[in-house]
Amino acid sequence: MFDDFFVRALIAGIGIAIIAGPIGCFVVWRRLAYYGDTLAHSGLLGVTLGFILGINMSLSVFIISTTIAFLLLLLQKKTKLTGDALLGLLAHSSLAIGLVIIAIASSIRIDLMGLLFGDILSVSNNDIILIWGGGVAILIVLFVIWKSLFAATVNYDLAKAEGMNPDRSNYIFTILIAGVIAISIKMIGVLLITGLLLIPPAMSRNFSLSPKEMVVFSIIGGVISVIFGLFGSLEFNTPSGPSIIVVSLMLFFLSLFFRRGHNSIRLK
Amino acid sequence: MQSNKKNNKPLVKMENAGVFSDGRWLVRGVSLQIYRNSIVTLIGPNGSGKTTTGKLILNILKADEGKVLLSTHRIGYVPQKINIDWTVPLRVSDFMGLTGRISQSKINEALSLTGVEHLYNNNLTNLSGGEFQRVSLARAIAKKPDLLILDEPVQGVDFNGEIKLYDLIKQISEEINCGILLISHDLNFVMSSTDHVICLNGHVCCSGSPQDVAKNASYIELFGEQAATTLSLYSHKHDHTHNPDRSISK
Repeated sequence: MFDDFFVRALIAGIGIAIIAGPIGCFVVWRRLAYYGDTLAHSGLLGVTLGFILGINMSLSVFIISTTIAFLLLLLQKKTKLTGDALLGLLAHSSLAIGLVIIAIASSIRIDLMGLLFGDILSVSNNDIILIWGGGVAILIVLFVIWKSLFAATVNYDLAKAEGMNPDRSNYIFTILIAGVIAISIKMIGVLLITGLLLIPPAMSRNFSLSPKEMVVFSIIGGVISVIFGLFGSLEFNTPSGPSIIVVSLMLFFLSLFFRRGHNSIRLK
Repeated sequence: MQSNKKNNKPLVKMENAGVFSDGRWLVRGVSLQIYRNSIVTLIGPNGSGKTTTGKLILNILKADEGKVLLSTHRIGYVPQKINIDWTVPLRVSDFMGLTGRISQSKINEALSLTGVEHLYNNNLTNLSGGEFQRVSLARAIAKKPDLLILDEPVQGVDFNGEIKLYDLIKQISEEINCGILLISHDLNFVMSSTDHVICLNGHVCCSGSPQDVAKNASYIELFGEQAATTLSLYSHKHDHTHNPDRSISK
C-alpha cells in the first residue's frame, strides 16, 4: 500500500515519539529546553566527525552531545557566567565548528538540509533497529531512575535529604537526553529535535492532572504528530521534521480548548 | 530525659561542625545531638546558619570542619521553601509518595493528623501557604521517619494555626517516637514543645532548656529585651496548659 521507505519512516518516527514523550516531560519540568537545544546543535559536529572518522553517525552524535554536556558542567565550575550564557556559547560554537569542518573537508558530501531538518528517505532498517533498541534501553533506564529524578525535579534538597541520590540520576538523565538526540537526529534534524521534545509535553500539560498522565498524553500527542506529519510530508512533498513539528503545534493549540483542572473551584 | 540520653544512641551527633563558602564561614563550631522522642530547636536571626546547619545534618552540605554522624536513613524533611513549577502537574496524592512508595492508609493517617485530608485530590499549586505547610509536614511524617527536620514549618500559617501546629509537632514526636530538629526564628511559640534550644548566630551563642536560653544574656542581646519579655509572658501561659483541663488560656 505504501512504499517501503514510508513504512520505515513511520516505524522509526513512532519509536522516536514514544521515547521523546517521557524524556520531553522532564525537559519541560526541569526547564532544560535550551539545554536540549544546545546538545542538538552540537549534533552537527557529531555527524561531521562521524563522517571523517568513519564511525556510525548516531554513535558520534551521542559522544559529542555527552561531551558537550560534561563540558558544560566543567565550565559551570570554572566561571560564574549564567547557565544560559554558557549554553549559548556551547550551542553556537559547536554548530559553527561543525559547519567550518564541513566546509574544510571538501571530500565529505553532506546533505546539510537533511541534517538540519531531518530526512525520511534516509531511514534504513538499521536505523529502525537503533531507534527501537536504543529507545527501549533509554526507557528502561528512565524507569529505573524515575522516582529519584522526579523527586529531584520537585526539590533537590528534599530528594537528597531523604536518600534519593539526585546527583546520580541527574547525570544519568543528561546521558539519556544525549541518547534521544543521537537516535532521532537523522529523522527529525538538528534544529527541530528539541521541538519534538517540548511541544507534545506542553500540549499534554493542558489536560494532565498527574505526572504520569502528562507522560502518557505526551506520547500519544507525539505519535499522532509523527503519523499525520509523515502523511502530510508525503502528500505535500514537505520535509519530514518540520511537518511533524507543525502537526504537534496544531495539537498544542487544540489542547488549549480542552484544559482540565485549571480553574477548579475549591471549597474552603 | 537524662536517663533517656544514656540509654539511647543519638540519631544525630554533630561535633564542632562548620561550612565554609565563598571566603567565609556560614556556620562554625556547631555541636549538637538529637535523640529519639525529643525536640531540639535551632533559633537565630536571618542568615545565622540555621538552614545551613539543617542541611549539614541531612548531608546536603558537607562539613568543611568537624564531624557529622547520622545514624539513620529514615528521614523526613520539610525544607524552608518548595517552589513547584506549574508545568509539573502534582497533586497532594502524588506528592505524598515523592521519595518512596507508601501505603494509602499511612497517607490518609498523616493527612488527617495535620488536618488536610480534604485536600487529597488538589493540585499543589492551588494550595495556600498554610495548607501547603501542613501537606508538606504530612508528607514528611507519613513514612514514620526516625528523624524529622522541619525548617520553619509554620511559615504562612496564621497565629492560632501556628500554636496548633507546634502542638501537633510535639504530638508527632511522641506518637512516632522520632527525634525532631525544629528550625525557627521565633522562640515564643516553640517554648512549650521543645526540650533543648540552640541559639545560633554563625556559631552557637547559647544553648540549654528554653527557659535557660530565654534568660541568657547573649540571647537577650541577639533578640532584644522585647523577645525575652514576651517569652516570659508566654511561659507563664504555658504553666496553665498543664492544668487538668489542658486548655490554653489567652
